Amino acid sequence: MLELINVSKRFGKRLDAVERVARALGVKIAEPIVHAVDGVSFKVGRGEVVGLVGESGCGKSTLGRIACGLVVPSSGSVLYQGKPPAAMPRPQMIFQDPFASLNPRMRVEEIVGEAPLVHGLVSKMEIRNYVDEMLRQVGLDPSYRKRYPHQFSGGQRARIGIARALAVKPEFLVCDEAVAALDVSIQAQVLNLFLDLRERLGLTYLFISHDLGVVRHLAQRVVVMYLGRVVEIATTADLYAAPNHPYTQALLAGVPRLDRQRRTYAPIKGEIPSPLAPPSGCHFHPRCPRAMERCKREVPALREIAPGRLSACHLNDG
Amino acid sequence: MLEVRDLVTEFATGAGAVRAVDEVSFELKPKEILGIVGESGSGKSVLGYSILGLVDSPGRIISGSVRFAGQELVGMPDAAMRRLRGKRIAMIFQDPMMTLNPVLSVETQMVETVLAHDDVSRKIAVERSVESLNLVGIASPASRLEQYPHEFSGGMRQRVAIAIALLHRPDLIVADEPTTALDVTVQGQILYEMQRLVRETGAALIWITHDLSVVAGLADRVAVMYAGRIVEEGSADEVLYAPRHPYTRGLLDSVPANNEGRARLRQIPGMTPSLAHLPVGCSFRERCSRADAECLLAPDFKNRTRCHHPLC
Repeated sequence: MLELINVSKRFGKRLDAVERVARALGVKIAEPIVHAVDGVSFKVGRGEVVGLVGESGCGKSTLGRIACGLVVPSSGSVLYQGKPPAAMPRPQMIFQDPFASLNPRMRVEEIVGEAPLVHGLVSKMEIRNYVDEMLRQVGLDPSYRKRYPHQFSGGQRARIGIARALAVKPEFLVCDEAVAALDVSIQAQVLNLFLDLRERLGLTYLFISHDLGVVRHLAQRVVVMYLGRVVEIATTADLYAAPNHPYTQALLAGVPRLDRQRRTYAPIKGEIPSPLAPPSGCHFHPRCPRAMERCKREVPALREIAPGRLSACHLNDG
Repeated sequence: MLEVRDLVTEFATGAGAVRAVDEVSFELKPKEILGIVGESGSGKSVLGYSILGLVDSPGRIISGSVRFAGQELVGMPDAAMRRLRGKRIAMIFQDPMMTLNPVLSVETQMVETVLAHDDVSRKIAVERSVESLNLVGIASPASRLEQYPHEFSGGMRQRVAIAIALLHRPDLIVADEPTTALDVTVQGQILYEMQRLVRETGAALIWITHDLSVVAGLADRVAVMYAGRIVEEGSADEVLYAPRHPYTRGLLDSVPANNEGRARLRQIPGMTPSLAHLPVGCSFRERCSRADAECLLAPDFKNRTRCHHPLC
């Protein structure tokens, strides 16, 4: 359904006037470049739910935007059903903050009805019924259609965001931290809605989250990112039972869990390095408890260690 | 050491008084860690602020008492409260920038905190600051001291905020969602440091959070809040593994890890009621499958929970 081939995205900062003059005078100043996404390849099959996990700054949101066609990659290609994602229906995106992503001055019927009207999916005559149907689909009462976003609770706003995405009849949804801002009990309701919609409409999801518990519940396969690179891809069952990459291991060990009582936390050392100056070789080596000399020099390739299972770690070379 | 009795905090609004904290009682012993769990609007943060006397107008404590080391804190004069706050009771906020001033160096802020309560030389104040940064696991504390808050990462800033809270070795620390904004690996580090610090300094800790799993690994006792009230309180084991209140049960069931993979999550129907329009009687009544006519009367707190029809 979706295929990412060696996708990279670099963000650069243009030098300001003083810096340009200084450079013209022979001072060595380079434009700072962030490799937000660095050579990422993976596929999402039709009807599949793929989880994308990582911590802040790992490039997961940028990758989600690339998958949606909102950000054009610096290199590499994105294929959607074998073609570049230009034609309708494009993948749709559901954002984290259910308030910031809804225009506060638009009524719900405008928010949900705008895109299908613009794309000519429905005529002006039918739009009213169409919006009602979309609202019902996400469990909102159609009588709320005249209300503004501030008149809804957080969970209801999340549902409006989902209704807006579904209004253009997408087959593929990118959910970027779609439940992160919600309370546990409301989060459960929205996750159930995602599961129901998938069953009913046959949707495919790329589910981006920092919450490993949510991803475990929803996804069939998980992609783990660290500082712009994919470090491990595995089925959910394999990944949680026996993580291969030391970063995945640390990530899973660090998650507070209900079934671990008053345990002693033993965290991995250090912090996530700045993506402006990532460490050489394997990006994880300064924090890795099993780092070797080779890890500082050589970037480990992401390669198959078992059928359908990939990891980027020199330890797998035996 | 800390004893809260029937504490009520109200906020005056256009629609009348809203009770954010409603008849809350609990006790805390030295070295004990109490987790206060609740969803948005449950009153958990206001409870924390009420203990420290930080509730501002239009909010005020209506009744009840907060006794700390034999002293009554409710109604205590501001000057006396200020001598206690920062010295024997400290608070850590969700956003460390609520504690830190962005235009002052960390050194200025820490030295100021030391001198606010202790009459010592500047040199000793700096030494104590270095010691405190060291305690929370900040590498090369002496040089970090000269830096400004923006030169620290989010996790490091929270460590600085904790170091400031620890400067006077408080007997009680109130932490309001201090790891919520942090990444998983950094959260693990902070939880580890807090656990170690409580063991080493003997301080009691109140950890306010929405995250049940954080509490499971950290707390000795857990109190669950709903619509301003503590609906269940007990040892962490009791509350998390044998909950008595249907709301606690519902919260635990909503956590994805407690459910079969890719199956529907067991969810609590409806949403948290607005504090301005609470249902009559038990405030969880309208979302509860066990509710009956008896629940039209507000239940008393007995045997760990505030429910007419407790589980187990």
